[in-house]
Amino acid sequence: MSGGKTVLGKDLTGLDALSTDQIRAILDTAEPMKQIARRRVKKVPVLRGKTIVNLFFEASTRTRISFEFAEKRLSADTVNIGSVGSSVSKGETLVDTARNLEAMSIDMVVIRHWSAGAAAFLAARIPSSVVNAGDGAHEHPTQALLDILTLRDHFGRIDGLKVCIVGDVLHSRVARSNIHGLTKLGAEVAVCGPRTLLPAGIEELGARVVNGLEEAIEWADALNVLRLQLERMQDGYVPSLREYNRVFGVTSAHLQRADRELLIMHPGPLNRGVEIDSDVADGPHSVILRQVTNGVAVRMAVLYLLAGGEALLAEAASEWSQE
Amino acid sequence: MSDLLLRGGTVVDLGIGAPRVADLLVRGGLIEAVASGLEVESVGEEIDASGLVVAPGFVDPHAHLCEPGWEHRETIRSGAQAAAAGGFTTVCCMPDTDPVVDDPATVGYVVAEGSRAGGARVLPVAALSVGRKGEQLTEFGELVAAGAVAVGDAGRSVASSTLMRLALEYAQSFGVPLLTHSEDAELARGGQVHEGVVSTLLGLRGLPAVAEEIGVLRDIALARAAAGRLHIQRVSTAAAVAAIRRGLERGVRITAEATPHHLLLTDDLLGDYGTEYKVSPPLRPAADVEAVQGALADGTIACVATDHAPRHYDEKEQAFDDAPHGVVGLETAFAVLHTHLVRGGAMNLPTLLKRMSLGPARALGIEGGELERGRRADLVLIDPAAEWVVDPAQFLSKGRSTPFAGMRVTGRVVRTLVGGETVWSVGEDPPARVSR
Repeated sequence: MSGGKTVLGKDLTGLDALSTDQIRAILDTAEPMKQIARRRVKKVPVLRGKTIVNLFFEASTRTRISFEFAEKRLSADTVNIGSVGSSVSKGETLVDTARNLEAMSIDMVVIRHWSAGAAAFLAARIPSSVVNAGDGAHEHPTQALLDILTLRDHFGRIDGLKVCIVGDVLHSRVARSNIHGLTKLGAEVAVCGPRTLLPAGIEELGARVVNGLEEAIEWADALNVLRLQLERMQDGYVPSLREYNRVFGVTSAHLQRADRELLIMHPGPLNRGVEIDSDVADGPHSVILRQVTNGVAVRMAVLYLLAGGEALLAEAASEWSQE
Repeated sequence: MSDLLLRGGTVVDLGIGAPRVADLLVRGGLIEAVASGLEVESVGEEIDASGLVVAPGFVDPHAHLCEPGWEHRETIRSGAQAAAAGGFTTVCCMPDTDPVVDDPATVGYVVAEGSRAGGARVLPVAALSVGRKGEQLTEFGELVAAGAVAVGDAGRSVASSTLMRLALEYAQSFGVPLLTHSEDAELARGGQVHEGVVSTLLGLRGLPAVAEEIGVLRDIALARAAAGRLHIQRVSTAAAVAAIRRGLERGVRITAEATPHHLLLTDDLLGDYGTEYKVSPPLRPAADVEAVQGALADGTIACVATDHAPRHYDEKEQAFDDAPHGVVGLETAFAVLHTHLVRGGAMNLPTLLKRMSLGPARALGIEGGELERGRRADLVLIDPAAEWVVDPAQFLSKGRSTPFAGMRVTGRVVRTLVGGETVWSVGEDPPARVSR
């Protein structure tokens, strides 16, 4: 591995810590990565001989598989560790798990953990590169990067775009990473949701608060609709899912009232009929599956850059040998 | 007990007034005389105190010595010695041990261990409720008879207003104050850091300031209704300070304490999820810190408390949510406050010394803070100009987690005497614990 002198530094723990140029470097490098997915042989030897551990303390299907595809397409050797049936479930601490992995000479760790700050904690204690795949309610940088890439694909720019994040911002790492990434690239960001689910001081992070979905739709170029965890109702943040859907759920009736093009994004998994209606999720405004496609490309770009690769543009991929 | 003469120190007798250069004679463990140019025929030991401040030993109303049950964190012995190294001659230890200090036998154990520790005097605080469960009062009379100086559930607010009221009333029969962690526990539940922009940025669950305000307002109202004696532990918010100020104006019998970390540090230091900044209540924004400082300066908060809470290395070496709150403070309290509050211009040295000795002694109704003839010779000698760097590896405490690690400070305790006996001094046995 390159020993830390990469475009991104040693780790990717969050977008708050990245510069505008670093974010652009990832987005640009994702372009040639997209092309690899369209090839007959979807594999390049960029990370051949590198070992990556996917350390998922929290359940995840989409993000874990997306990282795994990204790693395999770059020819890395990968090991998956989940919290069930591993030493993690036997009470081993995060730092011991990491040190044991380190002792087996790995190059990178992709970590998902329930605790905010866990990725940075790990990054400070092991020499391998650490990629944050979601730490508590802190950040989920690769999700925000794929959201931003999807916006850029569609609008051709980020600067000046108006993006409204709708729903449970309080518990959302996706929201925080999006706010950091989008504002750095010059977009305007708003949040919309029940006041109980908007965190204190969110305006100071650079997001304005809009009062209802109507106002959000009138204002925004794109809505990023967050998943409402069903526990939020048990915890009393919202009185019922039915009311949530009525007041904050995005429906086709809303979109018909919009006087211009409105892009609908969602980080998944969907709660159809709660925060988003099926005809919206499956409708012409939705780019939800394009987000998933871009997720692999963005993660390939991040892994490639952390391994010491240079920032690339779209043409570059054609130079790589196909195995 | 040996006799002792301290020559030519700057004596800060909080009862009398301005500091003055004088000699101080100790005989039989008691202060015999304070005067300039004392003529003494024979004395066991004479110490040149010129250039040093001679002050009443510090009294800590709030420390966790972790024994019985948590000896991997601290023992009464290591805690009492750490206290002595910080200039404390009396330390009141909290009952949140395992087992909880809620019966006379456990109080007796703490007293006995304390008397053998060879450091600061150790005075136990007993639990207010059995097992600190907030359900049933402990036997205050038995506990006080066994040596408890106060009762309180240490770090847990008493959820039931009825139990709190009964405790405030019942404690009056035994002349001891109630120590409270005043907080609305339900509102505070799960809070990791102060609720505000920092908690939002870090994605950590916030603990709102209003939880402390509600707790303080309720407990003051109950203290007024019950005419009880209430000591509010570790005040951290401007709203709580305002509530205490109003309570004092109305003549409610309340006292309050603040910790060095709440007096000096703000929540934005949590940016890197450092668990050495994880404390209860959480660090607050600058406006709250300024209010707490102002309250200490004007006496609304009469006591500095360390809330010394040692943790094992492994406990703090975890992700933020999983790490326990608590930091050590006995060996740094004076130096950090002297550096930032006295040299920083927020208060003068006698005021700080008062808040660290007479204030807590009066709040808890125990001896301390005075240098009159006939008082116990519990003394601290301070070199106010000495510069050093806080190095946790040098601590006598078993705890190492402190937000002040690496801080360059001015002013150090060079000798601590309990009943005229030197229990700690720089450069002697035990060897110097202060570097540079």
